[in-house]
Amino acid sequence: MDNVIEARGLVKRFGDFTAVNGINFIVRPRECFGFLGPNGAGKTSTVKMIYCHSPVTDGSLKVLGMDVTKEARAIKRRLGVVAQEDNLDPDLTVEQNLLVFSTYFGIPKSEAGERTKELLDFFGLKEKAHTQVDKLSGGMKRRLAIARALINKPDLLILDEPTTGLDPQARHLVWQRLRKLKEQGVTLILTTHYLDEASQLCDRLVIMDRGQILEQGEPKELVARHIGKEVLELGSAVCHDLIPQLAGLTSGHQVVGEALFLYTNDGQALLRKVQELRETNRQYLRPASLEDVFLKLTGRGLHHEGENEVEHAD
Amino acid sequence: MQIKDFFRRPDISWGMFRVFARNLKVYQKTWKASIMFNFLEPLLYLSAMGFGLGAYVSDIKGLSYLNYIAPGFVASSAMWAVSYESTYGSFLRMDYQKTYQAIIATPLSIEDVVLGDMLYGAFKSVLYGSVILLVIFTLGLVASPWALLLPVVLFFSGLLFAIMGLTWSGLAKTFDHFNYYFTLLLTPMFVYSGVFYPLEGMPDFVKEIIWFTPLVHVVNLARGLVLGQVGSYLLVDLAWIIGFIIIFINLPIALIRHRLAR
Ligand SMILES: Nc1ncnc2c1ncn2[C@@H]1O[C@H](COP(=O)(O)OP(=O)(O)OP(=O)(O)O)[C@@H](O)[C@H]1O
Ligand SMILES: [Mg+2]
Repeated sequence: MDNVIEARGLVKRFGDFTAVNGINFIVRPRECFGFLGPNGAGKTSTVKMIYCHSPVTDGSLKVLGMDVTKEARAIKRRLGVVAQEDNLDPDLTVEQNLLVFSTYFGIPKSEAGERTKELLDFFGLKEKAHTQVDKLSGGMKRRLAIARALINKPDLLILDEPTTGLDPQARHLVWQRLRKLKEQGVTLILTTHYLDEASQLCDRLVIMDRGQILEQGEPKELVARHIGKEVLELGSAVCHDLIPQLAGLTSGHQVVGEALFLYTNDGQALLRKVQELRETNRQYLRPASLEDVFLKLTGRGLHHEGENEVEHAD
Repeated sequence: MQIKDFFRRPDISWGMFRVFARNLKVYQKTWKASIMFNFLEPLLYLSAMGFGLGAYVSDIKGLSYLNYIAPGFVASSAMWAVSYESTYGSFLRMDYQKTYQAIIATPLSIEDVVLGDMLYGAFKSVLYGSVILLVIFTLGLVASPWALLLPVVLFFSGLLFAIMGLTWSGLAKTFDHFNYYFTLLLTPMFVYSGVFYPLEGMPDFVKEIIWFTPLVHVVNLARGLVLGQVGSYLLVDLAWIIGFIIIFINLPIALIRHRLAR
């Protein structure tokens, strides 16, 4: 099957400001593809071009084999979109939101009724069918937004930060539903700045920062390639002088504020060696994650813009 | 907005009627209260001026004062109704509720959304104008069956005022900006367009300025049809309104595109 999305040299500028700076990526059928990056990375700007909302400044972008600049209507007919900002129709009830939305796709009434029932069921909103949208909780609104995006049985579902602002339980509920959709063969694109979300859901992802793609691949493979299996956090950067003596046990390191992060494939051995060499005030061995990859690539954490700036160690 | 956007060929589909239907569905929840309030105001004016002032004004061109001003209120009520809708109403959907944004992620285009809102504005113009027409009819103030054509006029004048309101909405930064629209544009038109008195007494240059504003043409048509004073000169007023629509219909679309599709 052909690629669902092909982006080449894709650029988005707002006046003089470049929000997306010549990125290339491909999304394959039936996969869940993620854009991971901090605030302002250009994730929303990118997906808005994909769902034909923002004009492309430069480069080429094909969605479902069609050019976004020429065949917006035909593309949008086959998309489901959950925007970052809540844009449910507050003038309508839960059920009416789905029914009215179905008319924009020209779905026949009887079919729309059935679809609406199924979707409300699937997303656990049946009891709320006749509730006005502004009376829903944040998690319910998000579920309704996803349900609405599925009313036309899209081939591609685009989710811009589907779980931001939800409590852990509500997030897991959304994740479950998204996994089910993927099993049913829907291609998913999602943006997030949650690492657990990216690693739990995405088959492949790109890491974005300041309008550029820094890395792409499978989450596990990215972690293995850049970091290794584990990270040993040492409480104080005073340990910096240890590094030469740990050669062979670490695959890299990073100074983060006061702390030193050591990347390794054999955490226990590294920990023993460090303890032999020095008393440190804090030692913490943990599995390596995407956040470490991000930290290594950008020198910044995903959620601490400004603070935690690190000197780039290599 | 760039000039070329104004001349861009609009991308229109039947989808605009679905946007219209969406607005209608929301309206179904509030229409009774809404109509009550909208016709209370013109009724207040009509009774206060018609009976109060009418006691002193013996007649205007052979008509009682009440008879003279009644048709103008059909025109102005329709104008107010569509203007509230295409400013506060449309701006709310566009800027706060993001309803427009949600709709343009479906196969519908920005044109479809804006035209759907325009149609809805025209619908309100016809509805609220016709309610007043019915009221003055029951008061015995409608002299001619030509008045049956007035709703058609109200449809076109509704489109015209929707274009004006949506243009302002496309430019407005906040809700407060609509105050200017109402006090600087609509209220002056309301008092200077011959609703309350004939314009013949005005200096020529004032009359000329007024000719270039829209409401006076709607008032002319309303009075002509209601009183049965019909002549080919009314076609000039109709042509003025339709000409305005044709020339400016792309303006709010271009402005709103510039605002949304970024
Ligand atoms: N309409 C706009 N006009 C000007 N600048 C914009 C506009 N939209 C976005 N930007 C800028 O483009 C950059 C990328 O924004 P974007 O919304 O794509 O980031 P993001 O990765 O989605 O961030 P977040 O995680 O906060 O949603 C930001 O610096 C933002 O300020
Ligand atoms: Mg975003």
